[in-house]
Amino acid sequence: MSATITAPRHPGPAKDLRVARRLGQRRHRTNFVVEALCVVATLVGLFFLASILLTLLWLGFGGLSLSVFTRITLPPGSHGGLLNAIVGSLIQTALGTLIGTPIGLLVGTYLAEYSRGSALGDAVRFVSDVLLSAPSILIGLFIYVLVVRPSGGFSGIAGCIALAVIVIPIVVRTTEDMLRLIPVSLREAAMALGAPRWKMILFVCYRAARDGIVTGILLAVARIAGETAPLLFTSLGNLNWSVSLGKPMASLPVTIYQYAGSAFADWVQLAWVAALLITVGVLAINIAARTLLRGRH
Amino acid sequence: MSDVAATRPGIRAKGRSSSVGDTIFAALTRTAGVFVLVLLGAIIVVLFIGGWPAFRAFGPAFLTSTAWNPVTHRFGAVVAVYGTIVTSVLALILAVPLSFGIAFYLTELAPGWVRRPVGTAIELLAAIPSIIYGMWGFFVIVPFMAQYIQPWLIDTLGDVPVIGALFQGPPFGTGIFTAALILAIMIIPFIAATMRDVFLTVPAVYKESAYGVGCTTWEVMRSIVVPYTRVSVVGGIMLGLGRALGETMAVTFVIGNTNRITTSLFGPGNTIASLVALEFPESENGSLKLASLLALGFLLFVISFIVLAISRLMLRPRLSA
Repeated sequence: MSATITAPRHPGPAKDLRVARRLGQRRHRTNFVVEALCVVATLVGLFFLASILLTLLWLGFGGLSLSVFTRITLPPGSHGGLLNAIVGSLIQTALGTLIGTPIGLLVGTYLAEYSRGSALGDAVRFVSDVLLSAPSILIGLFIYVLVVRPSGGFSGIAGCIALAVIVIPIVVRTTEDMLRLIPVSLREAAMALGAPRWKMILFVCYRAARDGIVTGILLAVARIAGETAPLLFTSLGNLNWSVSLGKPMASLPVTIYQYAGSAFADWVQLAWVAALLITVGVLAINIAARTLLRGRH
Repeated sequence: MSDVAATRPGIRAKGRSSSVGDTIFAALTRTAGVFVLVLLGAIIVVLFIGGWPAFRAFGPAFLTSTAWNPVTHRFGAVVAVYGTIVTSVLALILAVPLSFGIAFYLTELAPGWVRRPVGTAIELLAAIPSIIYGMWGFFVIVPFMAQYIQPWLIDTLGDVPVIGALFQGPPFGTGIFTAALILAIMIIPFIAATMRDVFLTVPAVYKESAYGVGCTTWEVMRSIVVPYTRVSVVGGIMLGLGRALGETMAVTFVIGNTNRITTSLFGPGNTIASLVALEFPESENGSLKLASLLALGFLLFVISFIVLAISRLMLRPRLSA
């Protein structure tokens, strides 16, 4: 802006034009350079995404075979699979979502429908926003002290609880945002028919915001499916077959962590397969969630 | 919303049962809200109590000691806190210009059909789990750094006075700089997406007026968009910083895991999160070491809480308006 309104420093008609042209050329050169740099920045970002995905496909796809899904993790050299890790991940992700979602839904409902202008509502919104980005490793430590230590050992259920804590703020954010998008006229229509407020929320607002709320839950699933740090201190990981919630439980991310740093080629190979599975799953859920939301608006 | 509230008395008069249902449902949602507050409070209290033996044993010296010696049971926070802050700040230095470029491109430069796919691709970077970044960093970035980037930087900058000390030492590939690079890639989507969203809140009239008097795209960006969104842009950067501070798995793979402070950016180090992840399996229940790790966790929570709180205060008014 300043550049455009700067008056030529040397008055006089002849110099005026020359200076103006110089200035114009410089401004457009600057603009060209900045625009080029921005394109480069975007390409760099896309390059990293492509590099990660191609690395995963390149190194993970080769190790993909049926035995990955039918055999459990075994000692190096004995052709193990990932069955217990896959099942453990599914169980913990599902239970974590099941525990966290109702709480998140209720909090989101409170923020959108009941808290208008109240100090408590502002505090809850603030805390939920902070929890959304809080380091997940600390959630793991928290559940370790709160659940694992008193109960005497690492357990699958502790992992589920840690993941549920991560789910809550994600669901809160999307639920509140989506409920706020519901037009007031729709609420008034429901109330004019004599519906009490809770029925209006449950049967009109939830239904109208369904796709958005489901998107939030899907995003939460995608997030916790890849979480490693909170599980290290809660469900620990388990190289044997176990679906008991009271015992340490395997999961894909923790297995990646254990295998990727090992010195055995077949374990590293399995870690790449696990990484490929997790990433494809997480990205697929993300894209599905986005498509669902886009179809709505 | 106020109109809805105004209709409430009429509804309440209609029947007692509906008001009972309303009371129960309202109480339920309010309890859930209070639960979130309690959750945050519990995290702080639990981490503090867990770390209390360490705070009590070392006193304020815990915050100023560079020791981390499980044999002599001497533990201090300085090395890990230093590593956390240096890697995060370095990551910001790398990530902010790139994120700005991406946000600028997506809001002002990109043709319409490019915006959505490219924007989605950048956002998907944020969806990739951190363990994948760690593994990718360990097997792809670390060898690349060791073979090409670090030797080159050491040769060209290592002998420069003053800043030369930052670029010395053997090129292992791992270390503070590599960790910062991976962190930067991880936080780019958060910062870029926030910047893009706030850039889009600038009223078109402002930008059109500037274009109308002959501004170039960059001049509009610099003189209209950035001043208008300055507070939120800083909020977005703080959000990225908050994310970088607590990132665990990606850093754990590449940081080098050494508990001393090195002047060189290529030297190994530790962050709070990586130290906790790496040392936790070797800490016995009830040991002073475990208490020290919990105390470090408490410190990390306080630091990231402050950063995230500032970020949120700067972001929320603009984005929710």
